[in-house]
Amino acid sequence: MLALNYIFEALASIGRSTLALFASVGRLVIFAASALSHMLRAPFYPRELAAQLLKIGYFSLPVVGLTTLFTGGALALQIYAGGARFNAESVVPSIVAIGMVRELGPVLAGLMVAGRVGASIAAEIGTMKVTEQIDALTTLSTNPMKYLVVPRLLAATIAMPLLVLIGNIIGIFGGFLVGTLRLDFNAAAYINNTVDFMEAGDVTSGLIKAAVFGFIVALMGTYSGFHSGRGAQGVGQATTNAVVSASILILASNYLLTELLFSA
Amino acid sequence: MSAPAKIALNGVMKAFDRNEVLRGVDLSVDKGSSLVVIGGSGTGKSVLLKCILGIVTPDAGEILIDGAALNNREDFLSHFGMLFQGGALFDSLPVWHNVAFRLRQGKAKLGKADAQELAIEKLRRVGLKPEVAFQFPAELSGGMQKRVGLARAIASEPSVIFFDEPTTGLDPIMAGVINELIREIVVDLGATAITITHDMSSVRAIADHVAMLHAGKVRWHGPVADIDTSGDAYVDQFINGRADGPIESVR
Repeated sequence: MLALNYIFEALASIGRSTLALFASVGRLVIFAASALSHMLRAPFYPRELAAQLLKIGYFSLPVVGLTTLFTGGALALQIYAGGARFNAESVVPSIVAIGMVRELGPVLAGLMVAGRVGASIAAEIGTMKVTEQIDALTTLSTNPMKYLVVPRLLAATIAMPLLVLIGNIIGIFGGFLVGTLRLDFNAAAYINNTVDFMEAGDVTSGLIKAAVFGFIVALMGTYSGFHSGRGAQGVGQATTNAVVSASILILASNYLLTELLFSA
Repeated sequence: MSAPAKIALNGVMKAFDRNEVLRGVDLSVDKGSSLVVIGGSGTGKSVLLKCILGIVTPDAGEILIDGAALNNREDFLSHFGMLFQGGALFDSLPVWHNVAFRLRQGKAKLGKADAQELAIEKLRRVGLKPEVAFQFPAELSGGMQKRVGLARAIASEPSVIFFDEPTTGLDPIMAGVINELIREIVVDLGATAITITHDMSSVRAIADHVAMLHAGKVRWHGPVADIDTSGDAYVDQFINGRADGPIESVR
């Protein structure tokens, strides 16, 4: 009898967790659908959009640039060391370039932006909720979804591909620096190898991924902020939720997008 | 036939999970009248305001504005102002933009220069100097933030104003100044006002009528002049701030 009780309790616990998970997913989907519908309807806030583009895009450049620069360099070293096992050192430029634009550029930029921007959005909106600023917006005839969520979603979706494009160039340059200064590649040959083996699809697929990751970062930031608990602890938890959930969704959607874009 | 109340609540109920906050609130405020809602912490005063605003949806009951159900909330909000307990000023905007925020929205929005001029005029109305307009909320004291919140609430000359704990956290002198400003503004604008507070000096300074909320219902409702002779033990305990009485105090 006691054993049965334990089994029922375990099943009930699993049931509760499953229901809570579905409820959370449902709330997120409704939130995203509402935000998307508000994107299409006036009023629009172009000033807010411009401010967010600056905040999300321009101010993330240093962190994304440094991340891709060092990753490009490390990638060149790794591919050189791996390639040397079967006399294929010459593939370094092309593999660095393809690896950066298809995979590492968008994923690393996405994760860095999730940490920098996702956290900031969740903390800002969470604090606004806790201090009744979101309620104040409503009483001032301003829809918080339109004023707070839509500009951030649009800005992140637009800024991320631009960030990744610049990050890709910096990352490839990092590989070039290591290749020419440390691994004795000829500079002209390195550049030729980089350009010759890269296709337009490599770049566009990375930019599509970047746009999706940007949307995810802003969505999880705004959603977590809007559903923040009370007080400093609630805002802190919302910030953590935003970064963790955005990071996991970026990695999961990266796999799905790779399947979609590259499976023959 | 007398005119319908500006705001009327009939049997409004609201629960959060198992916590029944409002258990059938019946309340009305006449046009141009100032109602103060009193009651202990956690009795649902703020929830009551949020139900009227539509920020919280009641589980049951009806809320009537000018005798009719509220079908167009945007229209109602366009003639509405609210002073929040903590000010709820937008940190990222300078004071003038906070004050003129509503007037910078929509098709007929004010230009920057006009909005600044209007904001400075409203700030003067609440006793703040023009230079405050160009500061950010974080640079102001609590009392100044309350005044800026008040200036924002009256910027569009609303016909309905809510004040949520207008004097909480202020020293007695500043509380007195805010109370006087609220009374002046309500009288000058001829607005219908609902204020929620624990502060009995605010009640006496602001109210035409007082309603006491207890256990999710209106315990007593009457003219402010009658509050000391209400004959209700709950009201008596509350207004005299006594620990002993029918209202349980958790120690």
